[in-house]
Amino acid sequence: MPPDSASDTLRPTRKPVFDWQGLLLRAASPLLAILVALLVGAIMLLLLGANPLAAYATMVRGVFGSMSGFTQSLVKATPLLLVGLGICIAFRASMINIGGEGQIIAGALMATWFSLQFRTWPGWLLIPATLVMGFLAGAFWGFIPGVLKARLNVNEILSTVMMNAIALQLMNLLVRGPLIDPAGVAAKTYLPQSERLPQQVWLGRLVPQTLLHSGGIIAVLLAVMVYVFLWRTTIGYRIRAVGLSPDASRYAGIPVPFYQALSLTLAGGFAGLAGVIEVIGVQHRLLEGITSGYGFSGIVAALFGGLHPLGLIPASWLFGSLLVGADMMQRAVQVPSALIDTLLGLVVLLVVGSQMWSRRLATRRVIALARKNAEAQP
Amino acid sequence: MSEIITSAVLIGILTSAIRLATPYLYAAIGEAISEISGVVNLGVDGIMLLSAYGAFFVALNTGNLWLGLLTGALVGVAMGLLMAFISVTLKAEQGISGIGLYMFGLGLSSLLFKTTIGTVKTVVGFQPVRIPLLSDLPSLGEVLFDQSLPVYAAFLLVPLAWFILEKTTWGLRLKAVGQTPAAADSLGVSVDRVRYIAVCVGSMLAGLAGASLSLALVNLFQENLTAGQGFIAVALVYFGGWRPLGILLGALLFSTVNAFQLWMQVLGVAIPSDVAVMLPYLLTIVVLAFTVSRVRGPAALNKPFERGEH
Repeated sequence: MPPDSASDTLRPTRKPVFDWQGLLLRAASPLLAILVALLVGAIMLLLLGANPLAAYATMVRGVFGSMSGFTQSLVKATPLLLVGLGICIAFRASMINIGGEGQIIAGALMATWFSLQFRTWPGWLLIPATLVMGFLAGAFWGFIPGVLKARLNVNEILSTVMMNAIALQLMNLLVRGPLIDPAGVAAKTYLPQSERLPQQVWLGRLVPQTLLHSGGIIAVLLAVMVYVFLWRTTIGYRIRAVGLSPDASRYAGIPVPFYQALSLTLAGGFAGLAGVIEVIGVQHRLLEGITSGYGFSGIVAALFGGLHPLGLIPASWLFGSLLVGADMMQRAVQVPSALIDTLLGLVVLLVVGSQMWSRRLATRRVIALARKNAEAQP
Repeated sequence: MSEIITSAVLIGILTSAIRLATPYLYAAIGEAISEISGVVNLGVDGIMLLSAYGAFFVALNTGNLWLGLLTGALVGVAMGLLMAFISVTLKAEQGISGIGLYMFGLGLSSLLFKTTIGTVKTVVGFQPVRIPLLSDLPSLGEVLFDQSLPVYAAFLLVPLAWFILEKTTWGLRLKAVGQTPAAADSLGVSVDRVRYIAVCVGSMLAGLAGASLSLALVNLFQENLTAGQGFIAVALVYFGGWRPLGILLGALLFSTVNAFQLWMQVLGVAIPSDVAVMLPYLLTIVVLAFTVSRVRGPAALNKPFERGEH
């Protein structure tokens, strides 16, 4: 093919150009996945005897129709973003962290115990201390499977699933025992929940009369920090190198097991933070079901956001809205919210299933670009 | 302790242990078959849930337990086809697609349970069938030969799976595809086809695991009935070193711990039930820690096969 003058413009320039085409390509497959999932959802709604258009309209109206719905979607996006950040770090090191649920519980338990224990501390001290302690508790819950992977090559998927079950039983035990609300004992209701946390540890409301708390700001700031950490620091670079090629990393002298364990520990820490924020931002006490399944939906959000901390910000908001919409739909159309759980599973399958195509498309595009550039050279 | 564990209690524990081993056996042998061909199916728990629901729903509405069992197996095959399509044809990351399958099965079984059954109902499940003569053996007879048919079948599956894996051409092909897919491919074995069959057979067994749970063990269905038994089954495959006999030992270890835990609660021993329920999960981690580094799995485990990449 003879070089033509038009291809001169395709020559790479020194100035970094924003790769819109690449971004579109990367965003296309998850968006297509959610479209297909919603289509399958529509069929399921029809089979359940509900009008899918009415159901989806309820969902949209539920989120965008009112201030409370909209703020609620941001409230739900916060733990998704935090769990997802952890998932990103772990997945970048090729560690599949299914332990979000257990790590959230670990963080929530620690936050409850700590803030009740030190209830005399002022808020400016108690809030950061509680956040740090919850992070550490979650990190510990991720550290165990991390070390087992690094030292004994234990499959981290299985160990994190088991750690979830253990954390759940631990919470059930504590919330009925040492942490149970004394008021519930006095009233002989024995509700499985903790005492209300001291007011100074509650996260401030951003919009009065809504549930929107400041946790979302913390989460977005952390997302930027995780981005910088993964792409602008040596440790982050090594984590990604370990994920891309453990063999090459080993040859380069990177202690692979250490970074695998580190990534799972950090993942646990971020999920732990999600637990803290659910306790001090939303419920103001520990109760059963504190995780709301965020440990799993966080994985979906992370995959959807392309395992990128910044991509995760819109992705977690999208899934936060979906969860709020599902609640509204459940109330209005009497369709169990388990429908959304099903669709989330389907989204995971579709996103990983379509990765082969997007990979091939991307390879083809790079080859085509390189060829054009080569031809453009004199 | 000694006055609590009488011989009657011991027989009770062992009888429960044999019963409770059933779903582990089906699911873990199924998973082993899938993994030997090179595909890790982490969706076992989701398959078990959906099959347990399907089997229970059919049995509840037709009164026919066998039809229920068949439904469970068919649901398993359908889920297996989905898993095979994504992990073999589309060559997706197996760990994540398995988790997707799990979430799908968990969600769909809850959804269907809520919309079609609603409250926890029970069926009259498979009844124990006494095997003449053998069941009259002192103590052991009652433990081993007074069980229901799905339980017997699960234990017969162990020698059957061993025979197929070790003594048939199909077993050999399965191993070849899991060890060196490129070599198997060059010898004219269709890697994708063998893997499809292995994943579907494995998932069918996971389906039977779910059906045996809801029709022969607890005789009911509720949300998240399996409580992670499918994941424990995957761990048992590592524990058993991909061999049916090893899996049998692992399944019995777990079911004995489970039976012990249940009997302690029945007898009112002062252990918090949450701690007791925690035991099998703790045991899984300990068992994984002590076995995984010793045994070597199929070489091509977790690796999608693409022609011309080697």
